[in-house]
Amino acid sequence: MAKVLIPTPLRQYAGRNDSVEATGATVGEVLDSLTGQYSELRHHLYSDEGKLRSFVNVYVNDEDIRYLEKDSTPVTDDDTVSIVPSIAGGHRGY
Amino acid sequence: MATDVFSAAATLTNEEILRYSRHLIMPEVAMEGQLKLKQAKVLLVGAGGLGAPLGLYLSAAGIGKIGIVDYDVVDFTNLQRQVIHGTNDVGRKKLDSAADRMSDINPNIEIVKHEVALTSENALEIIKDYDMVIDGTDNFPTRYLVNDACVLLGKPNVYGSIFRFEGQATVFATDNGPCYRCLYPEPPPPGLVPSCAEGGVLGILPGTIGVIQATEAVKLILGVGEPLIGRLLLYDALAMRFRELKLRRDPECPVCGANPTIKELIDYHQFCGVPREENEEAVTNWDIDPAEVKEKLDRGDRFVLLDVREPHELQICELPRFKSIPLGELPHRIHELDTADEIVTVCKVGMRSARALRFLQQSGFGKVRNMRGGTNLWAATVDPSMPKY
Repeated sequence: MAKVLIPTPLRQYAGRNDSVEATGATVGEVLDSLTGQYSELRHHLYSDEGKLRSFVNVYVNDEDIRYLEKDSTPVTDDDTVSIVPSIAGGHRGY
Repeated sequence: MATDVFSAAATLTNEEILRYSRHLIMPEVAMEGQLKLKQAKVLLVGAGGLGAPLGLYLSAAGIGKIGIVDYDVVDFTNLQRQVIHGTNDVGRKKLDSAADRMSDINPNIEIVKHEVALTSENALEIIKDYDMVIDGTDNFPTRYLVNDACVLLGKPNVYGSIFRFEGQATVFATDNGPCYRCLYPEPPPPGLVPSCAEGGVLGILPGTIGVIQATEAVKLILGVGEPLIGRLLLYDALAMRFRELKLRRDPECPVCGANPTIKELIDYHQFCGVPREENEEAVTNWDIDPAEVKEKLDRGDRFVLLDVREPHELQICELPRFKSIPLGELPHRIHELDTADEIVTVCKVGMRSARALRFLQQSGFGKVRNMRGGTNLWAATVDPSMPKY
């Protein structure tokens, strides 16, 4: 099972875990397994059309999947999948 | 950063030589590097959490000209992390407070105060006089504005961002590196990501990230080391772990790609989906003042006072006879509410409760109102004994 690192803003939708084990041979399958365990995450990762949101990047180890094979990027048990959303910080924010 | 020391007439005074002696004795800086720092012109956007350590260390390092863009005043809630300001500065302009502190650290430097909000109208004019920009802003519209202006002007943009216990830093440089839009083509829609006012931030975190930005700025000026270009540094303070991800230039990037479609600054509020008068106007029709809520409570009116704050916030202050459902839990706990009931939503300042109101309205609740200004306005207008936070 691959390890998925959950960023701080999304931990509240993933049982407050900072990492979750998920099965799958591709990034798409791993994220399906993840959102299967934590259904609230789906809305935060995917748009209503089912596309990965453009302010959420996914990396396999240190590579951005946009420059690999996107959802089809292969994942092995030794890989770490990172979800890295855009954060603005500060007190006004949104 | 065209700082050719051989053609420039800059020199250091004996006082400066003594002040910078720990730089001058290192071959990586030495006299040549210190003169580069002295001739450098750096713009800080924001004098807040990230701007505080940036202002302190860059002035101490001897950056010759430091511009600051900020129009905010120092607030008590800033002091937990914005270490450039002190308790006596509460109520002062952040620009004045920061500039005084920086001049005290190093009277040899020039500090330029830009008391404006950075906008599409003034950004190019302000940024063009500086060698680089350090982004210490706190909102998405300004981040995209800073990015695009830097790309258009060919200036490096030293980026840092924070949330709770987690930070990001990188250097966006236009010559050979990616830009912010390569990393994130679009911002999150308003409401999906909580702000630090709602999410909180460890006071030390902007110190760590701001100091990383300051380090990168100084390295760029000196031309030494390996800059954080094409690398996104992630910091998790809870795990005390740094990670590094590859950041690539997007050949199709609308601003720095091969065929850019953005050739001038745009309306960034529109781009980020944020109305300029955020939220206030949108919910006016459904607002109720705290004083009116108090009257309803005193009369014993039948209604549900729905507090959508997080459980740990209830430990700070509570309203009378409230029902607690944190905003994030509202979708799956909505069955606990009755559409026949009158509901007043409340949070800390009225933003999350406005979102709760909209969600309830969309879910068929017809009698919902939002307590304007949240518990903070209640504390200001109804019950002075209640703490604000």
